[in-house]
Amino acid sequence: MSLDAAMVRATAPAILPGSGGLRGALSDLFWRKPKVLLLLMLLPPVLWLGIVYIGSLFALLAQSFFSIDEFSGLINREFTLKTYGDLFQAANLDIILRTVTMAALVTLASAVIAFPIAYYAARYARGRWKALFYLGIMLPLWSSYLVKIYAWKLILAKEGILTWLLAKLHLLWVLDAWLSLPIVGGNSLSVSFTGTFIVFVYVWLPFMILPVQAALERVPGNLVEASSDLGASPGQTFRNVLFPLALPGIVAGSIFTFSLTLGDYIIPQIIGTSRLFIGQAVYSQQGTAGNIPLAAAFTVVPIVIMGFYLWGAKRMGAFDAL
Amino acid sequence: MTSAVSFQKASRHFGNVRAVDAVDLDIAPGEFFAMLGPSGSGKTTCLRLIAGFEQPTSGSISIFGERAEGVPPYRRNVNTVFQDYALFPHLNVLDNVAYGLMVKGVGKAERHKAAEEALSLVRLPGYGARRPGQLSGGQRQRVALARALVNQPKVLLLDEPLGALDLKLRENMQEELKSLQKALGITFVFVTHDQGEALSMADRVAVFNDGKIMQIGTPEDIYQRPRTRFVADFVGSSNVLPPDFVQRYSGQHRWGSLRPESIRVGRAASGITSGEGVSARLVSTNYLGATTKLALDADGLRLHAIVPAGTALPGEGEAVVLTFNREHLHLMEEPA
Repeated sequence: MSLDAAMVRATAPAILPGSGGLRGALSDLFWRKPKVLLLLMLLPPVLWLGIVYIGSLFALLAQSFFSIDEFSGLINREFTLKTYGDLFQAANLDIILRTVTMAALVTLASAVIAFPIAYYAARYARGRWKALFYLGIMLPLWSSYLVKIYAWKLILAKEGILTWLLAKLHLLWVLDAWLSLPIVGGNSLSVSFTGTFIVFVYVWLPFMILPVQAALERVPGNLVEASSDLGASPGQTFRNVLFPLALPGIVAGSIFTFSLTLGDYIIPQIIGTSRLFIGQAVYSQQGTAGNIPLAAAFTVVPIVIMGFYLWGAKRMGAFDAL
Repeated sequence: MTSAVSFQKASRHFGNVRAVDAVDLDIAPGEFFAMLGPSGSGKTTCLRLIAGFEQPTSGSISIFGERAEGVPPYRRNVNTVFQDYALFPHLNVLDNVAYGLMVKGVGKAERHKAAEEALSLVRLPGYGARRPGQLSGGQRQRVALARALVNQPKVLLLDEPLGALDLKLRENMQEELKSLQKALGITFVFVTHDQGEALSMADRVAVFNDGKIMQIGTPEDIYQRPRTRFVADFVGSSNVLPPDFVQRYSGQHRWGSLRPESIRVGRAASGITSGEGVSARLVSTNYLGATTKLALDADGLRLHAIVPAGTALPGEGEAVVLTFNREHLHLMEEPA
């Protein structure tokens, strides 16, 4: 048998012939010039991103420098900063401040809730439990966003399950006390900013958990041991080792939660007060009001805020550990 | 005198796995102690029991006379040099070294000064501003050492610290570690699977297998007078001889060991009658530089011999006669 094998080895060519045909030629070409393959793969998304996405963004930006003629309702296509000036009217400024405050609080709450979950998943969950973790995080993302929001409306309503549960626990007075507070309170949770906040946190939480978990997954376990070995209490280890190393993940997650909250117009529409958020303002300005320039100017606000946000995060060194 | 580290019937079981099983151990203060064994033998778990990363499931452990069960790692004045160094990637070298002092609340100027001194001690002065990622393996190892030593631990634990270094660097570090230990007088507990490293550095060696200590003794003891077949085989790959074979040469029906360098190899035709030596066949030769290692087959018994380089050797497959000095044949305690 080994003799046969030796014979085969002796007669086999050292270099195999090309497989021929177009496919063979293409394979050889891509192997010899890998950049050709790269170019072919990148061209469609770059065209999409460059023309359709960035292009429409610039069209939007251009719109925001036009103004509306208040008598005829027609758009005056001349360069002006008047529309941006309108943003600083008390009512509009209110919308911006409200939205940014809500986005900041939602981001903070998401980070606080996400960290222990992500930490458990990265450190302790193995095999079946890890699969369950991913399923638990991703499952809400598979169902319709609207269905989830209406479900929450029922949960938070005055006749809803939350009120019922608190009544059973004799804790209704806590809810009533909270709802009687100014700004965050209201008739029921489903028509208060507290309700809007709860639903925002629920809907965006997976976008915080996953990047934080990925960041923690990359922290070798022996760094935690080394910190403890060098005399750091668990709290000190969290502050000096875990948190700085998880920060890129938290920042990545906060980009999602912050920007998604800044732009959303459906959640505050269904759950919350009648006061507007940026997304709702854009929706009504470009729709019923027909004021495209002001809608465009409103849209620029989250973009500018996110720009500052990323710049600040970079200065804080959030991307150093990447 | 109180032991630096003392185990009394200490066990660490993980479910059915007895990682460390009823180990008794006493390490003297100022000693350079090596834990030697194959992977999975429990030596690293023993080290982690001392560091506090593991808690014994039964038995007790004391460090300088103080009971250590239930005491978290951060309350033990014991520091570890990790196998892959575990340097903090987001801190520069100086802050890595100063970490232990920082969490203890030592002021910035003072801890940076101490860290600089520790870095000069490991011959890396002026490297403080670099990131761990910019250092070579050997340099990272030194930083890990400085980071542990700056805390002036009562016991320094080293978990295969030289495992990732290349041969030349490893030999240098062995000498350096030994002289550092002599100069500082700190108790070193060193885990390794490299028997050469354990023998050359340690004052005493504990040989581990299956969660138990097979033998504790000076390197000479372990090497010359192994008590069991496992120790003979693991430390310096001695020839383990079966009782029947040993009986022919020593008269006692016991397991024996014979160091490969004690075997002399002669040609079958060179005048020695077969009654005086062991007739065997040379299976293969392995050139090692200063010596040559021979694999021999003595009637089904596999033997190894080490001869100085330059010795005239018979060809592979030829018949040879093996002779040895009978006092080099060591009888082991393990029952036949």
